[in-house]
Amino acid sequence: MESCNCIEPQWPADELLMKYQYISDFFIALAYFSIPLELIYFVKKSAVFPYRWVLVQFGAFIVLCGATHLINLWTFSTHSRTVAVVMTTAKVLTAVVSCATALMLVHIIPDLLSVKTRELFLKNKAAALDREMGLIRTQEETGRHVRMLTHEIRSTLDRHTILKTTLVELGRTLALEECALWMPTRTGLELQLSYTLRHQNPVGFTVPIQLPVINQVFSTSRAVKISPSSPVARIRPLTGKYIPGEVVAVRVPLLHLSNFQINDWPELSTKRYALMVLMLPSDSARQWHVHELELVEVVADQVAVALSHAAILEESMRARDMLLEQNVALDLARREAETAICARNDFLAVMNHEMRTPMHAIIALSSLLQETELTPEQRLMVETILKSSNLLATLINDVLDLSRLEDGSLELDIGTFNLHSVFREVVNLIKPIASVKRLLVSLNLAHDLPEYAVGDEKRLMQTILNVVGNAVKFSKEGNILISACIAKAESLRDSHIPEFSPLLSDKHFYLRVQVKDSGSGISPQDIPKIFNKFTQNHATANRNSSGTGLGLAICKRFVSLMKGHIWIESEGLGKGCTAVFIVRLGIAEHSHDSGHHFIPKLQANHVQASFSGLKVLLMDDNGITRMVTKGLLVHLGCDVTVVTSGDECLRVVTQEHMVLFLDLSITGMGAYEVAVCVHERFPKRHERPLLVALTGNTEKATKENCLRAGMDGVILKPVSLEKMRNVLLELLEHQAPREVQ
Amino acid sequence: MDVGQLQRRLVDYTASLFREGFLDDQFTQLQQLQDESNPDFVFEVVSLFFDDSEKLLNDLTIALEQPGVDLKRVDAHVHQLKGSSSSIGAQRVKNVCIAFRNFCEEQNIEGCVRCLQQVKHEYALVKNKLETLFRLEQQVLAAGGSVTMME
Repeated sequence: MESCNCIEPQWPADELLMKYQYISDFFIALAYFSIPLELIYFVKKSAVFPYRWVLVQFGAFIVLCGATHLINLWTFSTHSRTVAVVMTTAKVLTAVVSCATALMLVHIIPDLLSVKTRELFLKNKAAALDREMGLIRTQEETGRHVRMLTHEIRSTLDRHTILKTTLVELGRTLALEECALWMPTRTGLELQLSYTLRHQNPVGFTVPIQLPVINQVFSTSRAVKISPSSPVARIRPLTGKYIPGEVVAVRVPLLHLSNFQINDWPELSTKRYALMVLMLPSDSARQWHVHELELVEVVADQVAVALSHAAILEESMRARDMLLEQNVALDLARREAETAICARNDFLAVMNHEMRTPMHAIIALSSLLQETELTPEQRLMVETILKSSNLLATLINDVLDLSRLEDGSLELDIGTFNLHSVFREVVNLIKPIASVKRLLVSLNLAHDLPEYAVGDEKRLMQTILNVVGNAVKFSKEGNILISACIAKAESLRDSHIPEFSPLLSDKHFYLRVQVKDSGSGISPQDIPKIFNKFTQNHATANRNSSGTGLGLAICKRFVSLMKGHIWIESEGLGKGCTAVFIVRLGIAEHSHDSGHHFIPKLQANHVQASFSGLKVLLMDDNGITRMVTKGLLVHLGCDVTVVTSGDECLRVVTQEHMVLFLDLSITGMGAYEVAVCVHERFPKRHERPLLVALTGNTEKATKENCLRAGMDGVILKPVSLEKMRNVLLELLEHQAPREVQ
Repeated sequence: MDVGQLQRRLVDYTASLFREGFLDDQFTQLQQLQDESNPDFVFEVVSLFFDDSEKLLNDLTIALEQPGVDLKRVDAHVHQLKGSSSSIGAQRVKNVCIAFRNFCEEQNIEGCVRCLQQVKHEYALVKNKLETLFRLEQQVLAAGGSVTMME
């Protein structure tokens, strides 16, 4: 053993201690070598480890420590210098590395620690997110439930179904024990239990509306937790449960349509609410979660909307039912009215017929009586009878006409007629009365007034006659001037007649008739009333004025039917008055259309006969009658040749003459012989002129002789214009033998 | 006198002629034939009637004054006169002519003579009346009025 400079004297190594140190060192070295291996192994395994460099350092440090301890094994026994050197080197290295590591660790450990903190933080965050996810999922589920509930609620428009469905679905979604709906009563002072989920017959429970808990719920739109012992929540008897579940109540607004203004939301003031009470199952320790409360609020709103829809629907159904009823009632009323009108018309028709028959009898027989021998007194009486019955007949006609006019069932008889002759006839009819009153009646027809027109002749005549008759009736003296012309466009747009807007066309013209009299006149304030039914001009109505007052009313209606207008002007009492009317008439065409069904006596249905240029031959030896007949024929437009004897006639007659007029009273060669000669000369019918005999002889034998002699017609003298025209027309149309009276 | 009054007089006069039977409807027919193309038709016809009738009456007078009255000829004349008077509407003349013809048929010369007197009388009357009528018409036309369709 060498002596050393150690401070302490080395005592002889204890064998046992030495052994233990030896073993410990061995194991330490082993441990020290295995730790890095493990580290390396695990680091290799892990994907991410940011501190490899540190690990290397650490590994080196440990390896060197291990090496040191390992080498220490050799120092227990005597060892060579090399071992000492190696030992020293190892130690030195270890010292260096460990210092370096220690220094490194100063930097690293805080980092490592902060990693840990961040990890903790992230974990917390993850937990929080998890929680939130849970919440969102719950909310989504709630949303889904709400949608489903809403769908269920809104899928029906029946009030009861809505409410029942609400309760059922809510009960299901939230797993409630009980769900109840309290509706306000009609008086609005109480809430009545109307619907419950499980309780079968919710009848009779009422609760005054002024309870504080109810006010509390009604005052907010949110769901409010209430005490399970409040009157609204005590629906079911407590059956021995320990803890009743929590109860929530929410208001359900009952909306009426009128609550919604366009721009504002419904006011709170006049609202009626129902109360929905929801109870969680008892003994479940469940709490009302926020999302559940929100669900309840949303549902309550939806219910309100659904209820209002249902209410609207109910109202509209009710309105429709009412309308249906009204329709039925109206229909019935209309049918009744129609029946009444029919009945009235039937009555009128029957009465009219019944009244007319005796009237006709009276009139006819009185007329006949007039023709017989009567003393002047008797004649006067008969005339009065006749006059009165005529008046009565007119009255009956007027009344019937007026009722038909008012119905609108009167139609005009449109036909072609002679306009000029209408006026002449009116004048003829009014002549007697006017001359008795010493009134001068004059008629002035304008030059361009067409002779023929298309319209209702009878009613036009009635109108003119009525107007002229009034003029005559209300005039004691003076003259009556009737003028007729075609109304010009400017005069049609008179200020008198603002509503009258006539349409001018090629097929129509407007006839303007003016009747001016110098009689008693009408005061201006009476003028509007004149056309009213049954009113008479009271100022002038006296014992002598007769009539119903219907005349002008009827005239007005006729004039309206003829698309015209009638009015009266007067400057006042005593200053006479002027009646003017304008009616629309059709322009008559020049055709032979209505010549076929010709009856000589009637003056209606005339057609403008185109006799112009018709070549006729007239044989008459009496200068006067010849002149008159010639004048007649010329007036009709014929081209007349006159001869004074039979010989001359036969000399002159040619095929061109269409008609040959033979006066039977000529001396010398008789008319019959002329006729026979003419037949011989022109055997073919279409070459021969038509032969017409003129005679004043009414004997039957004359007619037979004429026809036997081959005459085509016989005219009795005196000949009127109409008669001649009719005969010519018939002859030319039919070319057949006719006799004319 | 103004037009109105003249017209009125004319109307009254014409009415009276009709009323008294001097004229009948046939005269109205004649008036109807008078128009612009024939403004004096009535006047012409009536004038012709006057001429013709005077001639006839003369002939009748002569014929009836003969010792041997040729009733056939008389009848023919009366027939003529009847025709003319009826065609212008001289009603009374026509009526007398009818009676005249009856007497001729009955060969009653006395009756015929009486009738002739009557005819002459009636003729004179109606001529007078018609002439007055025409004068009145002239007056009305001169005063500017119209004579269309008077009564």
